[in-house]
Amino acid sequence: MIELLDTTSSAIASEFVRARRNAGSPAMGMIMTLIIVADEESAEEAMRVGRSAAREHPARILGLMLNSPRGQSRVDAQVGIGSGISGERALIQLTGEVVRHPESVVLPLLLPDSPVVIWWCGTAPPEPHADPLGALATRRITDAASVSTSKGRAMLKQCSSYAPGNTDLAWTRITGWRGLLAAALDQHPGKVLSATVAAERISPSADLLSAWLADRLKVDVTRKSSGGPGITDVVLNTKQGDISLVRYDGKLATLSTPGEPDRPVALRRRNLDELLSEELRRLDPDDVYAATARSMVKLAAKKPDMKPAKKSARPARKGA
Amino acid sequence: MSPLPSGGSLRHVNPLRDPQDRRLPNIAGPCGLVIFGVTGDLSRKKVMPAIYDLASRGLLPPGFSLVGFARRDWQDQDFAQIVHDSVKEHARTEFREEVWDQLAEGFRFVSGDFSDDVAFDTLRQTISDLDRVRGTGGNHAFYLSIPPRFFPDVIGQLKEHGLTESGQDSWRRVVVEKPFGSDLRTARELNAIISEVFPPESVFRIDHYLGKETVQNILAMRFANTMFEPIWNANYVDHVQITMAEDIGIGGRAGYYDGIGAARDVIQNHLLQLMALIAMEEPPSFDAQSLRLEKQKVLASVVLPRRLDLTTARGQYVEGWAGGRKVGGYTQEQDIPADSTTETFAAIRLDVETRRWAGVPFYLRHGKRLGRRVTEVAVVFKRAPHLPFTDTATEELTQNALVIRVQPDEGVTLRFGSKVPGGSMEIRDVNMDFAYGGSFTESSPEAYERLILDVLLGDPPLFPQHEEVELSWKILDPIVEYWAKHGRPDTYPAGTWGPVSAEKMLARDGRTWRRP
Repeated sequence: MIELLDTTSSAIASEFVRARRNAGSPAMGMIMTLIIVADEESAEEAMRVGRSAAREHPARILGLMLNSPRGQSRVDAQVGIGSGISGERALIQLTGEVVRHPESVVLPLLLPDSPVVIWWCGTAPPEPHADPLGALATRRITDAASVSTSKGRAMLKQCSSYAPGNTDLAWTRITGWRGLLAAALDQHPGKVLSATVAAERISPSADLLSAWLADRLKVDVTRKSSGGPGITDVVLNTKQGDISLVRYDGKLATLSTPGEPDRPVALRRRNLDELLSEELRRLDPDDVYAATARSMVKLAAKKPDMKPAKKSARPARKGA
Repeated sequence: MSPLPSGGSLRHVNPLRDPQDRRLPNIAGPCGLVIFGVTGDLSRKKVMPAIYDLASRGLLPPGFSLVGFARRDWQDQDFAQIVHDSVKEHARTEFREEVWDQLAEGFRFVSGDFSDDVAFDTLRQTISDLDRVRGTGGNHAFYLSIPPRFFPDVIGQLKEHGLTESGQDSWRRVVVEKPFGSDLRTARELNAIISEVFPPESVFRIDHYLGKETVQNILAMRFANTMFEPIWNANYVDHVQITMAEDIGIGGRAGYYDGIGAARDVIQNHLLQLMALIAMEEPPSFDAQSLRLEKQKVLASVVLPRRLDLTTARGQYVEGWAGGRKVGGYTQEQDIPADSTTETFAAIRLDVETRRWAGVPFYLRHGKRLGRRVTEVAVVFKRAPHLPFTDTATEELTQNALVIRVQPDEGVTLRFGSKVPGGSMEIRDVNMDFAYGGSFTESSPEAYERLILDVLLGDPPLFPQHEEVELSWKILDPIVEYWAKHGRPDTYPAGTWGPVSAEKMLARDGRTWRRP
């Protein structure tokens, strides 16, 4: 990594070219720009996750550390390529007034005519698509579970401010659950009458899973609290009996379906590297997430304690 | 492509499925796999690891079961240990307890000979037990990882013991590996044996090249882009070279290899399939039927040159230095007779008689103990019809080429001319590279994973059918027969790019082989 102190975007851009030339390979075959917004504590880990995802999706990774907006404007950067990983990366620290204008730093560094993805590894703006950085990207990844307090509220906020291209890692975390439940219904085509989701008391993923089931199955979904870790039980009640998928150790689940023996199935809680890789595989808007986000907002409106801070949720209909 | 319930009832729409939901993995329905020949290299190095990797990626159904059949005095747990060792050594994904736990209860071993009625009765019993305790639902695939001479026995036994009959809502499939015969006659015999028992749609012939991402990418590159297809014809293409080179010798395959040779072993299946994908017309859709039809049309349009002595070459490696190591010649390998005439290098020229390819030769070559391990397809373009430069300016400019690197270093290279910086006009070849990312291959599945999953899903596009196999033999049989009647193969030192006759063969057409 090359340190550039008190620098500019164009100096960073020339460092990229210089580093590539030095490595003897001017072409890198990068397919996207990945912007990672992190704070001082999380930056290093977030860059590592980004690099790991870049193994599958060669990218120019721009890590942004937004420090205090007070004082003299200053841009510092560490620029590097290689070390067994395709793509380029820069960790850029902003201090002072420029913190309020991070898009001005990023804009000149976007790869030409290719997708831009942004990932807020900590607290995300309430309206990601309206954020100056978020507006540069076509894919915006948030992580409601990573905020320190009121994760549930953060999730709901993301759902109500959904714009095409947004997804939350809470949604990525339930892909495995959704896949197995869908496959179970392939085998048991009976109508689902009701459903239950049990998870830790605070779990944005469980809330999304409930919203997805409610939206797809058009049934009431009961959300229960359990000791975790993460989601522990999903039960789909059908006329033939219960289809249940339970996982108490965060690793191995058991699928029980009517008239068949219980079967173990691996359903590990995945790490951030894998989650981000899955996100980067799809660069178009996720319509199923959009529908789920709508369903989530609708459901929350029925529960007074879960109303979002802003009045973006529709009012509850009587008797619905 | 979302899997229907095995009952296939179209009325039921699974509310949790949505074509928009492309995140949802395509998990195979309840099923099991029975492997014949579990002790072989292929099942230990490829099939078993692929099964683990599929489970690790969450693509195998809960309750998936694996039955081994071999003539060993093993218990279920001994078999599980074999699988465990093979997975630990060869699996692509990290070993995890919970993935192993999902699979572990589903291992069964049936000990016996292929002629042993009791063993096949036990097998039937085992399978129906699995349906009961593991919920495999009567869906089972039989993987014949055994030499073809045992096919009649095994398939006859399967039929006799009622193992091939599926219930109303379930399926039975059979998976066979190359070689699909050793000439047209034996291929037909083999097919007769299989098709007597299994309908064509239940027969899955594995050509593992077709499971490779780079090979599937040929279709994406040709048919998802506008810039290649307009020049993909005789107006612009001069010739096509398809190379599969191995740096290793025949290893422990002497018993199989001697008498078969390079042409039958590789050209008949892998190289002709690659050629079909390069040469075929655009299919109306990418379903199995349409794809096969187009490939068959190409194979049926192939004609052999009249003078096989001038347009083919074959060789046998002799002692030499390969990559800094001294290695023995073919006839010095274990169990190879000193007077063997089996070729370890084969190069042939084929012409495709269609409007698109008239006059464009396809050169196919394969060999063992060559310079390095590489598989690639090079589409070499004609020279520009007029060069408004002096001869000296373009002296170092050769022909434009598009090279699809199948393995290793997967990617695409485009070669074209570019001005050398400096005062004078001088044009030289440059390469533009697309690599599938430095470490991209880490996350891209092995060919066997893809193919085994497709078998379990019943998704056939990547499997050649009998017609393609027959057509390929029709192309190759005359060449191999000609060789058999005309003396011995030429020789080439191990570690080089084949016999001199191969160079001469191209030189006659005014061309040269690429050094891949």
